[in-house]
Amino acid sequence: MKVGLFGFLFVMWILIITGGGILVTILGPFSISGYGDFDWILTSGFKAIFAIILVIAWILVMSKLKNWIFRKDIKS
Amino acid sequence: MTELIIPAIISCIVAFFTVYVMTPPLIKFLQKRNFSVRDVNKKDHIMVVRPGGPSIIAGIITSEIVLYIFFQSNEILVIMITSFIAFVIGYVDDRKVMGGWFKPVALVIAATPIILLGTYDSNLSFPLFGSVHIPVLYLGIIIFMIPITGNTINSIDVLNGVASGFMIIASFSLSIALFILQNYEMAIISLPLGFVSLAFYKFHKIPSKIFPGDSGALTLGGMYGAIAILGHVEIIAAVALLPAVINSFLFLTSVKRIVEHRQIKGKPVEHTEDFKLKATDDKTAPVTLVRLILASGPLSEKQVGHTIFKLAIFSGILAIITAFMTGTSI
Repeated sequence: MKVGLFGFLFVMWILIITGGGILVTILGPFSISGYGDFDWILTSGFKAIFAIILVIAWILVMSKLKNWIFRKDIKS
Repeated sequence: MTELIIPAIISCIVAFFTVYVMTPPLIKFLQKRNFSVRDVNKKDHIMVVRPGGPSIIAGIITSEIVLYIFFQSNEILVIMITSFIAFVIGYVDDRKVMGGWFKPVALVIAATPIILLGTYDSNLSFPLFGSVHIPVLYLGIIIFMIPITGNTINSIDVLNGVASGFMIIASFSLSIALFILQNYEMAIISLPLGFVSLAFYKFHKIPSKIFPGDSGALTLGGMYGAIAILGHVEIIAAVALLPAVINSFLFLTSVKRIVEHRQIKGKPVEHTEDFKLKATDDKTAPVTLVRLILASGPLSEKQVGHTIFKLAIFSGILAIITAFMTGTSI
């Protein structure tokens, strides 16, 4: 159990770093152009939506991982 | 760098001794007023006073005033205001039991000084890969950061000494990370948080003489969140806080709504005959960090606390590694 918790922490850390990599390499350089003054709003909006999707994906992965690591221990 | 050493030493001494000297009279004052709750993890009917928030906020404010005399920076003002607002919100919850949504929503107010005084940078730094400029999204991060850190520390305040002990490890890890990143001024501004927690731990450790209450936990969490934003170490701060994040994550994914602990009917933990802690089989009870630690068998309150501290040290080491990785971004 205790090893499982340390492992869970470590996987969370790896996922944070991986998610950061995706954000910086894909989301960072992304920009929308051709809409004049609205360019930055559209770009920010897209980045926000993409980041929220990443966070939701992170939560889903962690939730599945939690069930997998602690399946014997979580009774509820 | 050398000119920062004297303010750092003075502020740390002031932070530690303000809490160390102020807490005993606070305990007596609270005993006289009968502001106490039962320590449910003790065999005998032991009452413990709360909240310890007033001495914690006093330690933070006095030490940050000392630093302000030396540096006169807006960052210090923001730390003081944010921590104080978090304290007031927690104190309201200490005096009058509020609904589950009160603290997360009200703590958004504590984040506003950071935005109003413009003491933030819209670049979010990640280890290895560098930073990303997200001006609009970053405002959302600021608004969510303080409620998340405040409530996360509050949610781990379940056993004697755990919240303050955990905060010692997490905040010193964050200070070391700031030194590694050569953000010396913010590192020094962050140090009082660790020393305030250290002094409070003396009275909070098992057997507790005082509980921090919502006012204490939210003050510590609010200041931690503010340091994360002002020091541009949001990711490192999240890593150092991972065991508490796991606790909140497990709780929320099992309960599936934002709710106060006291509103939950099912008990995640019960006591054995010799009053060790034991995980229950109650399907209506939330999954928590303590419940998972106890899944392999009953443990004493002290043993569970020590396991949480080991997890905190592990996260602190990961946070320091993350700082090195951030400092050497591609």
